[in-house]
Amino acid sequence: MAGYLARRVVQAVLILLGVTFITFILLYLLPADPARQIAGRSATAATVQSIRQQLGLDLPLWQQYLRYLGNLAQGDMGRSYIQRTEVASLVWSRLPATLLLMAGAIVCELAIGLGAGILAAVRRGRPTDTAIMVASFLGVSAPQFVVGILLLYVFAVQLGWFPIGGYGTFAHLVLPSLTLGILGGGWYSRMARSSMVDVLRQDYIRTARAKGAGSSRIVLIHALRNAVLPLIAMIGLDIGIFMSGAVVVESVFGWPGIGQLTWQAIQQVDIPVIMGVTLTAAVFIVLGNLLADLIAPLADPRIKLR
Amino acid sequence: MRTLMLAGALASALLCGTALTEAAGAADIKNGGSMIVTYKDDVATLDPAIGYDWQNWSMIKALFDGLMDYEPGTTTLRPNLAESYEMSADGMTYTFKLRPGVKFHNGRALTAEDIKYSIERTVNPATQSPGAGFFGSIKGFEAATAGDGSLSGITVVDPRTVRIELSRPDATFLHVMAINFSFAVPKEEVEKSGADFGKQPVGTGAFKLAEWVLGQRVVFERNPDYFEQGLPHLDQITFEIGQEPTVALLRLERGEVDVLGDGIPPARFLEVRGNAKNKGLIAEGGQLHTGYVTMNVTMEPFDDVRVRRAVNMAINKDRIVRIINGRAVPATQPLPPTMPGYAKDYKGYGFDQNKAKALLAEAGFPDGFDTEILANNTDPNPRIVQAIQQDLAAVGIRAAVKTLAQANVIAAGGEQQGAPMIWSGGMAWIADFPDPSNFYGPILGCAGAVPGGWNWSWYCNKDLDAKAAAADAMVDPAKKEERTAAWRDIYLRIMEDAPWAPVFNEQRFTMHSARMGGPDAIFVDPVHIPVNYEQVYATDVQ
Repeated sequence: MAGYLARRVVQAVLILLGVTFITFILLYLLPADPARQIAGRSATAATVQSIRQQLGLDLPLWQQYLRYLGNLAQGDMGRSYIQRTEVASLVWSRLPATLLLMAGAIVCELAIGLGAGILAAVRRGRPTDTAIMVASFLGVSAPQFVVGILLLYVFAVQLGWFPIGGYGTFAHLVLPSLTLGILGGGWYSRMARSSMVDVLRQDYIRTARAKGAGSSRIVLIHALRNAVLPLIAMIGLDIGIFMSGAVVVESVFGWPGIGQLTWQAIQQVDIPVIMGVTLTAAVFIVLGNLLADLIAPLADPRIKLR
Repeated sequence: MRTLMLAGALASALLCGTALTEAAGAADIKNGGSMIVTYKDDVATLDPAIGYDWQNWSMIKALFDGLMDYEPGTTTLRPNLAESYEMSADGMTYTFKLRPGVKFHNGRALTAEDIKYSIERTVNPATQSPGAGFFGSIKGFEAATAGDGSLSGITVVDPRTVRIELSRPDATFLHVMAINFSFAVPKEEVEKSGADFGKQPVGTGAFKLAEWVLGQRVVFERNPDYFEQGLPHLDQITFEIGQEPTVALLRLERGEVDVLGDGIPPARFLEVRGNAKNKGLIAEGGQLHTGYVTMNVTMEPFDDVRVRRAVNMAINKDRIVRIINGRAVPATQPLPPTMPGYAKDYKGYGFDQNKAKALLAEAGFPDGFDTEILANNTDPNPRIVQAIQQDLAAVGIRAAVKTLAQANVIAAGGEQQGAPMIWSGGMAWIADFPDPSNFYGPILGCAGAVPGGWNWSWYCNKDLDAKAAAADAMVDPAKKEERTAAWRDIYLRIMEDAPWAPVFNEQRFTMHSARMGGPDAIFVDPVHIPVNYEQVYATDVQ
């Protein structure tokens, strides 16, 4: 186990190094001059040059990159060109909201996806199954913005059950989590259905039936544990996705997460922030996958960590 | 970077007759209450030496003050931190007497040293201020930008008197003393906060910073020691960040927020404006803004003035104004209508596609030509540039549209062979102060036609540059009319050369809740967009 973890950590460091390198090169190639942007339209060439020098933008690429890595090793992710504040504090200030939304969304995805998937598997071939599969298809293909606004309009504006956007209480969390849950739940339900259908055909299920176990006991106790296995890997992936990808839902609900920060940074070509959020997302993708790999053996003892 | 440089704030010489001080300072307004303003994007720095977008420009004005300011709701200059000022006969020396009893939010009294320090700090290259260039007429500027920022032209005469000597007469100098980059900051606080001063701002303004939760909200509270009696009216302003404009509008309709910082969402503009129940909640005002298409005069075929004139005639400006729901008026010249020097009787090129085709044929392009037009990729700019593309196609000019992030467009415009045409929307287009010269230097003058510059037409007319310098040297207030006329002529000459196709001048609309009071002019205050925070009041405490 310790050897496995050590290997994974080394792999993770290499992956993250690769991510910083690729992002750095891509941003370096962008035809935008940060010094010119900072200096403004009435700046003299000397001022622009001075800013370029202060930011180290006049150094060769490899020196800039090594400098970035050196600072990163000391926990310094640089300063935003636009907000003129530490990238680390910008990212840290957004993390709690992102983690909370991620947790809420995964709970909703699981509840919606597992529930619908199991029901569809049990009722395989019947109208319920078809209806659920059509609904999940709609779920995965609906634009986030439309679903978000629709939920907001119905449950916040018309019914007044929840606040119209914002952050801070449990009530604020419900609608954005539900939006992500409905959208992601479609994938989970399809995965849960096919996995459950497979499991329900296994010999041990037939044995359990022959011994007279009730159908709810068979589904929830015997089959579910084996059917969730592929879902664990999906949750691992979702952790990475939510860390960088809930931009639209965050905007609609005014949720102060990393997605909003990322979108603003991209629009403003705020390179230090783009580097920072990319790296943070990469860390979470690596962690999510590691976590999924570590949890899988708990669900299925046949899986061995090597 | 919706705004980096578009900012400037400022706008029109609104033709509102009454000075708002009278209305706003009236005895029947009771102070107290609070206001919630929504914004989609994070507030960038609140450091007056650095902040330069339309969002933080007016917030900085609420926290800090400069020697000069404008009458609320107008573009009329008046002293502010200065109690009075004197200009020498040659216009080269200004002596400002500071108002007594002004205190920073940390309790320390403002002195002349603070004025000197604040301007020098902006000019110092280490501050990386986008506003350093505005102080170019102060004596010793070149040495200051090359060294530690010490300006030989600024002298502290006594704790309440500061003298500023110029290296050339500059009729815009008092405007420069009213822009954010010259606002007073306390040295000890700047040194204490270091690079984070913009997140822990300390000024002399009507409000002080109470709380800043990154990515969520910024809260201002009343400065009880503010030097202007009776101001501000509100006890607190909360800026809620991360609010999508559509959602913010829903919240305003439900009475949860008071002002839509980003304006009415374009998709709902007509419906909201047409709704009778919103009568009295939407204020409209002019801006010192012009949206234009630049044509690179150093690139073929735009090096031929006939081609540039043809482009001017080909664009259907009325249709473009309709595309943005009528939130603008068609433009005929670089200056917007509310700017001094605007030529009211000049009709511009007019929409005439046949004439445009004839001109193109005369220039040797009877079948048109292929070119490229760049634009900012944020709404509504892609839609506008597509309309321009269609208009150009109708006269045979096949322009490929390239929509990019603003920073990339700016970078392309700053290279001589970078872009044949650029639609300016979203960038570098609102004047920093209400003077015609501000539309010339960086965007039409020779100084801006350099690598990395903002004169994307690369138009450089030495003769006009000399005329512009002469106009700016007319500092005698008695010559104001003459100076305005000189600028008017300069812009008409520019239109003859047609390096731009001016398209429209934007109108500003601010929507607020029924519980916010104040004359319309403070909701579309030309120097405080979207609202003059000091002057607005809450009607529910009345």
